[in-house]
Amino acid sequence: MAELQFREAIRAAIDEEMSQDEDIFVMGEEVAEYDGAYKVTEGLLDKHGPKRMIDTPISELGFAGIGVGAAMNGLRPIVEFMTFNFAVLAADQIINHASKARYMTGGQVEIPIVFRGPNASAGQLSATHSVSYDAMYAHFPGLKVIYTSEPADAKGLLKSAIRDDNPVLFMESEQMYGLKGEVPDEDDFTIPIGKAKVKREGSDVTVIAHGKMYHVATQAAEKLAKEDVDVEIVDPRTVKPLDIETIVKSIRKTNRCVIVDEAHPFGGLAAEVGYLIQREAFDYLDAPVQRVTLPDTNAPFAKNLFDEWLPSPDQVIDAINTVTYRK
Amino acid sequence: MAKKEKNAEEVSFTPEGTGIRTNGEIVRSTELPDPTDKKHTDLDLSDEDVVDMFEQMYLQRRFEERAMQMYQKGKFGGFLHLYMGQEAISTGTTYALNDDDDIITAYRDHGWGLVRGVSPKEGMAELYGKVTGCSKGKGGSMHFANVDKHFWGGYGIVGGHIPLGGGIAFANKYKQNGRVTACFLGDGAVPQGALHETLNMSQNWGLPCIYAVENNGYAMGTAVHRHSVGEIVDRADGFSMKKMVINGMDVLTVYEKMKEIADDVRENSEPWFVEIRTYRYRGHSMSDPMKYRTKEELEEYEQLDPVERIKNYLLDEDIIDEDKVEEIEDSVEDTVMEAIDFAEESDFPEKEALYDHMFAEDDYPFHR
Ligand SMILES: Cc1ncc(C[n+]2csc(CCOP(=O)(O)OP(=O)(O)O)c2C)c(N)n1
Ligand SMILES: [Mg+2]
Repeated sequence: MAELQFREAIRAAIDEEMSQDEDIFVMGEEVAEYDGAYKVTEGLLDKHGPKRMIDTPISELGFAGIGVGAAMNGLRPIVEFMTFNFAVLAADQIINHASKARYMTGGQVEIPIVFRGPNASAGQLSATHSVSYDAMYAHFPGLKVIYTSEPADAKGLLKSAIRDDNPVLFMESEQMYGLKGEVPDEDDFTIPIGKAKVKREGSDVTVIAHGKMYHVATQAAEKLAKEDVDVEIVDPRTVKPLDIETIVKSIRKTNRCVIVDEAHPFGGLAAEVGYLIQREAFDYLDAPVQRVTLPDTNAPFAKNLFDEWLPSPDQVIDAINTVTYRK
Repeated sequence: MAKKEKNAEEVSFTPEGTGIRTNGEIVRSTELPDPTDKKHTDLDLSDEDVVDMFEQMYLQRRFEERAMQMYQKGKFGGFLHLYMGQEAISTGTTYALNDDDDIITAYRDHGWGLVRGVSPKEGMAELYGKVTGCSKGKGGSMHFANVDKHFWGGYGIVGGHIPLGGGIAFANKYKQNGRVTACFLGDGAVPQGALHETLNMSQNWGLPCIYAVENNGYAMGTAVHRHSVGEIVDRADGFSMKKMVINGMDVLTVYEKMKEIADDVRENSEPWFVEIRTYRYRGHSMSDPMKYRTKEELEEYEQLDPVERIKNYLLDEDIIDEDKVEEIEDSVEDTVMEAIDFAEESDFPEKEALYDHMFAEDDYPFHR
């Protein structure tokens, strides 16, 4: 095991995979000469050269599509978005092309591409820079979506994503890049796509949280532990395909569930998981499932409003109190 | 590990950068065209006008220098993109346009706001995220706006506001109100598809809009020649659009040329594509190590400081003396310090404001 920052874990995954396969290249804004807007790709230009580390103009639609075309024609692109908030400009290429070309051509083309970058908010960056997009992409058939919370998951899942023969969206967070965690050293450490993980065992309530919200859930769980509430946390890690079995298994044990999601409430992961739980575990529930999400408003700039807007450990505690009928 | 291809090193895509990977050699992206040799009187500007231009530019400079200090002290958060070095463009343009002409720009918008109706107090309060800010604390640094004064705001998605500029011009033509729109964008927005789609429709539909690129040499850490092929201004040719390159370090030049262009747009209802060459003195945002450019290059442009230049013009032409300059500078400094006090003393928005300004109606049933 080695202790790595989140950004180092991602970099290691990219570096190791690039070293094994000449067809893998990275492209995106400021990924090469600037060493990455958030220093994720630092040093990779020196190591792999300008043919494989490609700075793009601010042309998200164009370079995402060039990535898709290159993938159709035998390469394995890793396309970095400075954030997924800017990938909205590339949505046509991801949603209309990457996710559909294999199907439309009756399986004649393969699109092994990874779109990666930070997702959701990163402090007071106001409305256009703060949206969580994992559930939106998960809505579309033909895309795999991953949003990890810890360095080890990031490394193992990114390596799997790069090796996957389908379009995969791999999401990170500016605010987690400096986060440290133990990461297995072995060369071929991978984590299968589509597997959730029980990250904290508990018996009173299941909290489902991924990405940055996993850490909000953890803080809530630690506080509640002092009040003898035993929280189990399941991190789905992969949003799609979703590992509902692991979630249901946990709920059969705890009989209560809170979902914490950094997206808006309408049609997000929380909505989907909530539906699946009532379908798969209705008889095991002792309380209606609760969710903690962003409100149905855009991100405000003002610090006090932003803090109000973002899900907090206290909101998670409130929701847990509700499902456990503690308060 | 697979063997490297023999000639892998020779294959490359993006052109190399400035200084870093070229053994210190600077690959120049742009050359400044000559400034105008006309005096202010030749341009129908009064002495008071040029003094005011200096004051406006100095205000933008001091406002940002102080804002930067406050940011570094942790007084407010978010991004802070400073306009320093580019003040001649906002100021010359605002002078060249009528007060009811429309201006829209990207996120590097403090200078634009200050010269177009955002008071220093409202501007500083917006940076602080206070309810007294020009956008009520909802937008922050990237979203200054004063729509009453026809300043439609700064926008944070690179290229995203360009079609909006076209749309504002569209409405002006529709209403036949004689207003001209000036839509400013960074060089980094030139490669965005939104620009090219908008230029095409603008020319075909005769929209009264000036699309003006503030080419400051870099998009974040990427020098212009690395992100855009050829000369930026030549994008106009593909659309048979009128075009011009302007020296953006001299406020009188910007004024002269933008006035000519605005007059033409007003008369003929045809768009222009303009490249105004300038330089950004600070990093892209506050966390930029600036390894992509050399100290010498920065110093070279600092010699051309547009604020110093207009100040020296005032002195050389005996329009005002050193004492008067100092008096102006002191009063601007006072204004900025008052703005900081105002921002610090102002309240944050009420909690309920989270739900304000989402929809036209105030009883919208928010989803929970
Ligand atoms: C669509 C989109 N992609 C990327 C970004 C991130 N970004 C913000 S500013 C910027 C550089 C823009 O450079 P330029 O247009 O030259 O403006 P300048 O900063 O020089 O004023 C980038 C890449 C963004 N805000 N929006
Ligand atoms: Mg620029």
